[in-house]
Amino acid sequence: MTELPPPDTAARPEIVAMGLDALVVRFAERFTPEANAAARALARDLMAAPLPGQTEIAPMLASVLIRFARGQTTAAALGAALGARLAAPLQATATAGRIWHLPAAFDPANAPQLAEVATLAGRSPGQIVEEFCATELTVLALGFAPGQPYLGLLPEHWQMPRMEALNQRVPPGAIATAIRQVVLFANASPTGWRMIGRTAFRPFQPASAHPFPLASGDRLRFHAIAPAELAALIGAGDPMGGARHEAAP
Amino acid sequence: MSGAITLLSCGPGLTVQDLGRPGLASVGLSQGGAADPLALFEAAALLGLPAPAACLELAGSGARLRLSQDHRIALTGAPREARSDGRALRWNAAHELPAGAVIEIGAAVAGVYAYLSVAGGIATEPELGGRGAHLAGGIGGMLGPGTALPLGPDPAPGTAALALPLPDRFAGGTVRLIPGPQSRYFDAETRARFAATPFVIARANRQGATLDQDPPGAPFEAALAPAGLVSEPILPGDIQITGGGQAMVLLAECQTTGGYPRIGSVIPADLPRVAQAGPGTALQFRWITADEADLASPPEAQILRALRTAARPAIRDPHDIADLLGYQLISGMVRGDEQEDA
Repeated sequence: MTELPPPDTAARPEIVAMGLDALVVRFAERFTPEANAAARALARDLMAAPLPGQTEIAPMLASVLIRFARGQTTAAALGAALGARLAAPLQATATAGRIWHLPAAFDPANAPQLAEVATLAGRSPGQIVEEFCATELTVLALGFAPGQPYLGLLPEHWQMPRMEALNQRVPPGAIATAIRQVVLFANASPTGWRMIGRTAFRPFQPASAHPFPLASGDRLRFHAIAPAELAALIGAGDPMGGARHEAAP
Repeated sequence: MSGAITLLSCGPGLTVQDLGRPGLASVGLSQGGAADPLALFEAAALLGLPAPAACLELAGSGARLRLSQDHRIALTGAPREARSDGRALRWNAAHELPAGAVIEIGAAVAGVYAYLSVAGGIATEPELGGRGAHLAGGIGGMLGPGTALPLGPDPAPGTAALALPLPDRFAGGTVRLIPGPQSRYFDAETRARFAATPFVIARANRQGATLDQDPPGAPFEAALAPAGLVSEPILPGDIQITGGGQAMVLLAECQTTGGYPRIGSVIPADLPRVAQAGPGTALQFRWITADEADLASPPEAQILRALRTAARPAIRDPHDIADLLGYQLISGMVRGDEQEDA
């Protein structure tokens, strides 16, 4: 059995092998906004200026997955090149991204766990919806399911753990929260996060020319609408679900 | 287009598959593709194709299908009883069938996933760069009776029918494992116990295979993991340990990121053995080093080369070549690697 390196406690990112054709650059073991920003910045940099043998870059919440072609490089060579890249300031500048506006309903039928979240946060359901819609969220990463965004961060008092028992099935478009973050579900799914609203927007639009409308770094605001309006948007069948976006200033 | 293959009858779990859609982890879509990709390389070798083509994957149940034109087909993956118009069709072999031929494939006897490939490939419109169904991702779906799938032209018509010996990856067994980014969250004793534990498949689908200890034992625990571990990238082969201490081997349609710590990763060469293990099949793990894994799990081009070398004209008595088992295919690949490096 191979000896494993001791856990890394320093703040510098570590580079670890994953499988036979991938490396992971880990900026933190726990989520921090700084590690998330660093992961997105490195991913942008590697997409703009690929390293030899690199075949795929995927930014995650606090890490970056780098896959490579085994015939063209090795884990050791790519790891060394990555280390050199990380030692210098990253070249790619942050893009401004887009600002999305998404209509969503927060009535009890569309927000079955809003009251529970309000209790955990020490606020009223009305205050929670108001706060939620007033917060400009950032797409921290896309993952778990196609196009599905992890959004954040909500104010401190939204720091709440995942549920002990799973939500057996939230519908597509479900807005769910835990640990100051939000997931907007692409497909019906079980989840340990609490559902506090619903949108007609679909983060994966397979029939569209742009199947993945959101990108890491995009910003997003929810706007409360009446349940009947949401029903009409869902009924219309447009996967954009009334969402619009503008270029960030 | 060169005619079609029509599903006359089938059970659940029949999908179009190819090698998946690489490169979309950044938008949350795992590669997907055939649960047993090695079966697609075997089909490519049998049909003389430059690379695997889109084919039909049969998960467990059987099917009856009809070809509208003359076509060469290959039957690979988990062995099934197969016939065409009364004639038995040898498994892991290519066959030339006439227009109107009806192919009958029986239900699984060993293993799970069987593959029917046509030389011209299934020529449906690609979606996001692939033709296969990604059930978890909501792309494509299971096929039902009456479906007619367009076929492409045969790139090498008239090629002599070839056969490969039956592989041995359909009855579980020992699976090789390498450490991954999160293995260090499991102490050395837990990692050693993992490899000393007999497992059986509890349940499985294209996303992953959940394992039970047999006999039941203490749950596996990531005792060294810090609280509040952030979700990290996932690749097929990773073995995640859920909150209850149960192991799950992630397969073709796994999620792209997840928060459960992963004790290690099954090497690509052995992942088909896991995918092909149905419920109740016994599995055991063995740790190897990344260098050993590199040799044991050659890149795809070498896999296809080695299979082409191993394929023989189908007219030979199968007993003549029955001793050419999977292990020898692997050593053949390693020799190819050494020649290239020299």
